[in-house]
Amino acid sequence: MLSLTLLSIPLAASLLLLFTRGGLSRNLALVFTLVQLGVTAYAYTVFNAAGAAPFDFLRNWSAKPFLNVHFSMDGISMLMIILSNLLLPLIVLSGYNRNIERPHIFYSLMLFMQFALNGVFIAFDGFIYYIFWELALIPIYFISFNWGGENRAQVTLKFFIYTLAGSLLMLFGFLFLYNGSPAHSLDWMSLKSNPSCSCNQSWLFWLFFIAFAIKIPIVPFHTWQPDTYKAAPTQGTMLLSGIMLKMGTYSLIRWLIPIVPAGFAEWQPLVISISVAGIVYASIIAIMQRDLKRLFAYSSIAHVGLISAGIFAMNLSGMQGSLVQMFSHGINVVGLFLCADIIFNRTQNPNVEGIGGIRLVAPQFATWFMVVVLASVALPLTNGFVGEFMLLFGVYQYNTWLSFFAGLTVILGAVYMLRMYQKVVLGKPMMENMVFPDLYWNEKLVLITIAVLIFVLGVYPSPIIELTEPVLKTLTK
Amino acid sequence: MLAEIFNLRKLIVPILVIGLAVIFGLNLNDWNSNQAFFNNMLRVDNFSVAFSGLAIFVTLLVFILSTDFYANEQAHISDYMSILTFILVGALMMFSFANLTMLFLGIETLSIALYIMAGSKRFDVRSNEAGFKYFLLGSFASAFLLFGIALIFGATGTFDLNKIADYTLQNQGNISPLFYTGMVMMVFAMLFKVSAAPFHFWAPDVYEGAPSLVTAYMSTLVKIAAFAAFYKLMSATFFYTFDKAELILNVAAILTLAVGNLMALAQTNFKRLLAYSGISHAGYMMLLILSAKDQTAGALFYYSLAYALSTLAAFAIAIPIFKAAKSEEIDSFNGLAKKNPLAAAAMSMAMLGLAGIPPFAGFLGKYYIFTEALHSDYFKTTLVAIFASMIGVYYYFKVIIAMYGKPENEVKMENSINYQLVLWVCLGLSLFFGLYPAPILNIF
Repeated sequence: MLSLTLLSIPLAASLLLLFTRGGLSRNLALVFTLVQLGVTAYAYTVFNAAGAAPFDFLRNWSAKPFLNVHFSMDGISMLMIILSNLLLPLIVLSGYNRNIERPHIFYSLMLFMQFALNGVFIAFDGFIYYIFWELALIPIYFISFNWGGENRAQVTLKFFIYTLAGSLLMLFGFLFLYNGSPAHSLDWMSLKSNPSCSCNQSWLFWLFFIAFAIKIPIVPFHTWQPDTYKAAPTQGTMLLSGIMLKMGTYSLIRWLIPIVPAGFAEWQPLVISISVAGIVYASIIAIMQRDLKRLFAYSSIAHVGLISAGIFAMNLSGMQGSLVQMFSHGINVVGLFLCADIIFNRTQNPNVEGIGGIRLVAPQFATWFMVVVLASVALPLTNGFVGEFMLLFGVYQYNTWLSFFAGLTVILGAVYMLRMYQKVVLGKPMMENMVFPDLYWNEKLVLITIAVLIFVLGVYPSPIIELTEPVLKTLTK
Repeated sequence: MLAEIFNLRKLIVPILVIGLAVIFGLNLNDWNSNQAFFNNMLRVDNFSVAFSGLAIFVTLLVFILSTDFYANEQAHISDYMSILTFILVGALMMFSFANLTMLFLGIETLSIALYIMAGSKRFDVRSNEAGFKYFLLGSFASAFLLFGIALIFGATGTFDLNKIADYTLQNQGNISPLFYTGMVMMVFAMLFKVSAAPFHFWAPDVYEGAPSLVTAYMSTLVKIAAFAAFYKLMSATFFYTFDKAELILNVAAILTLAVGNLMALAQTNFKRLLAYSGISHAGYMMLLILSAKDQTAGALFYYSLAYALSTLAAFAIAIPIFKAAKSEEIDSFNGLAKKNPLAAAAMSMAMLGLAGIPPFAGFLGKYYIFTEALHSDYFKTTLVAIFASMIGVYYYFKVIIAMYGKPENEVKMENSINYQLVLWVCLGLSLFFGLYPAPILNIF
């Protein structure tokens, strides 16, 4: 029943916020996300003590077609729940002292998004999972569209149709499995224990893979992403990159590999090569980017490419690394986009070339920005290092050459990130008498929290590893 | 009309609404009764009760809308109302027929009343065109239907659905070619009535030309009635000889999905958009006609309900806006979100429902249809339907983008309690049945 609590708090909050106005909605959103974080912490302790049983919720929804609502929990789900409920307060907080029109709707959509994301991560029935997967798309579409920047209509529609197209392929896959399965059930356990015949799996694999690859996004399904990240308001970009793309990588582990194992085995060499090629491709493009948000968008493609490569390597360290890196990437990318937002907020200039010498006027910002950048280029002692190291080791176990190319991400990442940092923060002041107020209290709070998390997880990542190891061991066997 | 004599015009609509509510109750009372009337001309079973209930409910909502819609035409309201009621009568016959003559009578009662209503804006060229076009093409289809019925009578010697079915079972292997010809002609006629491609050409023009309220009625009740009758025909009578019509139906389904969705992309007129969207929804429902022999009435009912609720909700917002803007283009929605955020949100919900996005009933309806179609092994057709749903999102979102993304226009929308009532009842039910579908899904 605890899973229902996790779902109902954000949903209730989202409805409640519709009836508030102005600053109140913002504060209430923060309160509710913090409450949700508290509940998550409680859930974590319960999970550690009693396992999945307190979370199990299974009810029949309809007899024909046979549909069940099934929520449950395991280490991977728990990790994703912690990630999303940890990031949400930070995202809300980073929107303080920004001028957001109609905040009550904005924050209501955001909490609805949280509701849907929590649902995706604890759904253990294909049907209910699909519903939450789609539900998550609606609020983020409206957030990006209503509060977005240039070209938002085209960009967000492309995003919506692109991802929905993927989802519908997945829906077809689920329907096929539903009809083929002996029990006519989409329950995760039953799909996992009665896989479809391997003749079908070879194409079923692509239905699911494309759906997830669009969401992640894996090159070549990424074309919606940089534009959308650019057009969406910063909080929307944080939701998209911090949590929503984790829906894709999470689903690779939760759904793709267990339910079409033979299809996966057949296509494993191809998809892992695609992922690795995508890493190199996205890193090179990132080097050429002058727009801060687009640069981070491409760097994000490179990072998640490595995460998917680690998952596809299908060994313990690759999977483990992917989970650690999913968590770390979520934290780091929120930090990065916050920094981009701070710069844009002060200078109204999205272009790297036009900015310089921020260090002189805003030393605090320069410091924390540095920390986030270093975590993003995977410096030892930061959380990025742990994940990337394990991921590269996992890929190495699969194939040495692939790991060599995947390893380029670290080098290229350092190139584009540090170059950007050099230009923007160090460098010469480009504008005379630049007005650049240093961090506001809320920004400081968010960045310091992120920095603490970066170092803590960099030095002591074992809680994540312990949390997920039992599940991964059964998966990789 | 009686009311006219007693000069009770203002009371017509309320009385009709109350009357409909009473019929709705009486109708539900027949649940599980399963009786035949008039020498088995009409048969009341759960199928007919469920669909009649839906039809009466839709009519009720449309009548509630009509008070405001015809506010300036009080002189004719009794005519309009009685003709609209005739449409309902025809539809009810189409749900409960047990005899082909009753089917024909039902379709004609419905169609003739509809020809009149489509042309009821007498001083508007487009409305006249709509009525006339519909009349010509519709009578052509009716002639086909009648000829098909005659041929089947020639082959079997009966109009009774069960006896026809018995004939096919008893004469397996040497069924008369007359029978097949008749069946195919009836299938063609029904394809016309449900506006499936390639017999869909009337729909956009008629939908656009007819008064908006009639369009709303046409796109919900009439379409549902045609589909229910079609379904009943295929599942109760032609199930054994279904193979002979399968190819036609399959091609028609694929064409309908393709034409409806692709043509809708280019529309700028909201009513034409809904017409093409109606055609594409007909395509989804065609999947159920295809799998009718596997008894898919539950899915048909659920989908009809979901479709009717979303469409009526869309019209409940669109009609007052058209009235204020004096235009039926999508542009009249421009910037609605700033002027009237609640209406814009409601319209978005209606569009999401039509596009089949959870948690609205439209999603589950589609899901159910796809399951049934896959279950009957229409693998490729289902795949086409999946791709059609992807395309569908684009044109429904055109409306949403107009409301949220475009600069405001001058249109001032008046808020009337009747429109609001219909709107929120529809959206509420759509959401409710989307979240708690069990009672409807397992109705049969």
